[in-house]
Amino acid sequence: MSLLEVKDLKVRVEEREILHGLTLTVNPGEVHAIMGPNGSGKSTLSHVIAGKPGYEVTDGQILFRGEDLLEMEPDERAAKGVFLAFQYPVEIPGVTTWNFLHTALNAQRKARGQSQLSSPEFLKKVREVAKSLNIPQDMLKRGVNVGFSGGEKKRNEILQMALFEPAVCILDEMDSGLDIDALRIAADGVNALRSPDRAMVVITHYQRLLNYIIPDFVHVMSRGRVVKSGGKDLALELEASGYAQFEDAA
Amino acid sequence: MPAVQETVERVRRIDVDQYRYGFETLIESDKAPKGLSEDTVRFISAKKNEPAWMLEWRLEAYRRWLTMTEPTWARVNYPKIDYQDIHYYAAPKPKKTLSSIDEIDPEILKTYEKLGIPLREVAILEGVEPPPGSEPSANRKIAVDAVFDSVSVATTFQKELKAAGVIFMPISEAIREHPELVKQYLGSVVPTSDNYFATLNSAVFSDGSFVYVPPGVRCPMELSTYFRINERNTGQFERTLIIADKGSYVSYLEGCTAPQRDENQLHAAVVELVALDDAEIKYSTVQNWYPGNSEGLGGIYNFVTKRGDCRGNHSKISWTQVETGSAITWKYPSCILRGDNSRGEFYSIAISNGHQQVDSGTKMLHLGKNTSSRIISKGIAAGKSQNTYRGLVTAHRKATGARNYTACDSLLIGDKCGAHTVPYVEAKNSSATFEHEATTSKISEDVLFYCTQRGLSQEEAVGLVVNGFVKDVLQQLPMEFAVEAQKLISISLEGSVG
Ligand SMILES: Nc1ncnc2c1ncn2[C@@H]1O[C@H](COP(=O)(O)OP(=O)(O)OP(=O)(O)O)[C@@H](O)[C@H]1O
Ligand SMILES: [Mg+2]
Repeated sequence: MSLLEVKDLKVRVEEREILHGLTLTVNPGEVHAIMGPNGSGKSTLSHVIAGKPGYEVTDGQILFRGEDLLEMEPDERAAKGVFLAFQYPVEIPGVTTWNFLHTALNAQRKARGQSQLSSPEFLKKVREVAKSLNIPQDMLKRGVNVGFSGGEKKRNEILQMALFEPAVCILDEMDSGLDIDALRIAADGVNALRSPDRAMVVITHYQRLLNYIIPDFVHVMSRGRVVKSGGKDLALELEASGYAQFEDAA
Repeated sequence: MPAVQETVERVRRIDVDQYRYGFETLIESDKAPKGLSEDTVRFISAKKNEPAWMLEWRLEAYRRWLTMTEPTWARVNYPKIDYQDIHYYAAPKPKKTLSSIDEIDPEILKTYEKLGIPLREVAILEGVEPPPGSEPSANRKIAVDAVFDSVSVATTFQKELKAAGVIFMPISEAIREHPELVKQYLGSVVPTSDNYFATLNSAVFSDGSFVYVPPGVRCPMELSTYFRINERNTGQFERTLIIADKGSYVSYLEGCTAPQRDENQLHAAVVELVALDDAEIKYSTVQNWYPGNSEGLGGIYNFVTKRGDCRGNHSKISWTQVETGSAITWKYPSCILRGDNSRGEFYSIAISNGHQQVDSGTKMLHLGKNTSSRIISKGIAAGKSQNTYRGLVTAHRKATGARNYTACDSLLIGDKCGAHTVPYVEAKNSSATFEHEATTSKISEDVLFYCTQRGLSQEEAVGLVVNGFVKDVLQQLPMEFAVEAQKLISISLEGSVG
């Protein structure tokens, strides 16, 4: 069974159709890259998979391990193992990162019928993960993303991904705003999480990221559809020739 | 209680003249007849065995009250109160006793559970008692232990306070046992003529706390009404007076997070604080009165006058409040910064949900030199509620070097509620520096989605965001109180989204 199946998905936002019948199949262990021009609907796709309110699905299906994802609340999806690293992570003043992560992890564990992690147990776990991603401890004491630099916000997303150990990770432009060293560290973090039963969907504008995270498949999105799919070489092709050829196809 | 009911019925049948005539016998009853007159005031005073001076004080307030009109400037709407349709005195009776935990309303039990209040404390708060001569069962055992414990705890506390010289007792007792202190300070911060509700309170107040901390004494524990379990039901017209003598310190906790219902809709409390030279008073409140049902019916009207007088140099008074209950809240804990270098603080969390209306804030009156004040107000409006911050900061002509910092933040949940900020500032001294910051924000869809994407439910997400929003104020509360208040905040916002 596929891990994630998006079938002929049509999505409207405020009376305007943004996705016009999008299909994507992701199997365990695979890494898919999605590329495409600004406004082609990449973030919309990731939001709809994760369950953000405000989108109207007018047609199609999203199945997660064969279950209808569209029937589930966002937190249920998260507990099942759907993770979205946001293009624009939000700030939550007054809530320490550490408290946020602890609360979220325990909420997920509770939903899965697992035991709650005590503060010391959690601290141990989060420290290990933070260390492997080169994230300083005192970042955990600060308000969630409050005053974080662009790069720090992205690293905080990867930290959460590593901590929650999801089944499907959707990374929406995790490379934007990262300097070259940070990019390498973040990519290493993502690679460390690659496993035969986990899948990744990496949304990016730049082929460079795919030098670090080598995809099994590359999809080109244009105007709300996947217009071309191929292997990792497709990214190189795009880098050379741009999106123009696909714009016509869409 | 059939006896009470009988009395009420009997009283209903007699007209005014007969009532006057029958006054002596009525003294035996537990409840004053409905309505307010000089006789009601006399009745209350007699019930309390008060000395003549106290009765005079009350009567003067009553006569003053007759000349006053109810204020209308606050942003609250409620049907006209019929002051003659209220009982102004009911003997403090124990709550209806229940024989086991099972008899407590399951809804209320649920709230206790969410608050994390242990069952034995629930038993105390809800007045569970074993039936006389009954076989002990598991539940009853809890109740007996709980009651026993609370009494012994209270006694131990009383001993320790006595050793330190701290007076902590019901104000009705203080009037008899420490008349010199009461005479000197009662009404010295909130004069009997102060405002409609305070004046009413002065005429008919039922009971409340009295605290006196002698010079140089640091009160050895946080004083809480919780430990005066027997006098918990001091009724709708509560009166509190706290005096911190030179160089002393006291921290006082009022209210509790447990849900409180009351058959009396109108509440008008007065709290007076006096801090002499170098003294400090920290007053913390958690208010969780019944807010009314989903249509907005039946909640408590809470008209409170709280004022602290930094009478001495270098004195300090700090108010911290967490307001989650009541249908109507009308409350402005204030500081008169009379002493040079004195300091006033106001930290407030005011949450409104459903049909609640909150008009709350503070007044900082800078009279002395180099006085400073700090106001941190966090208003949270959800449902169809209205939440107003109303503040006044003034510097007197002689208040050179007065400083104030005000930060007023409002958070809206949903789009049917309202938040309003009404700050008044008045500096008659050019050296005064007043700073004011105000923000209004909404819990954004994006933030909620971020949280739910990480596995939190909508309600948990709102709770987390709100607790982050109020953090600066929660930190001002004593530790255990803060933990309970945090849970209470989440509970009071339940059903505010989705
Ligand atoms: N809430 C919304 N209301 C109106 N239009 C929207 C909304 N969300 C997305 N859109 C529109 O849908 C289209 C797709 O947006 P989306 O953010 O999915 O693009 P994207 O591929 O992620 O672009 P980028 O590469 O710039 O991140 C855009 O035209 C955008 O303006
Ligand atoms: Mg995007």
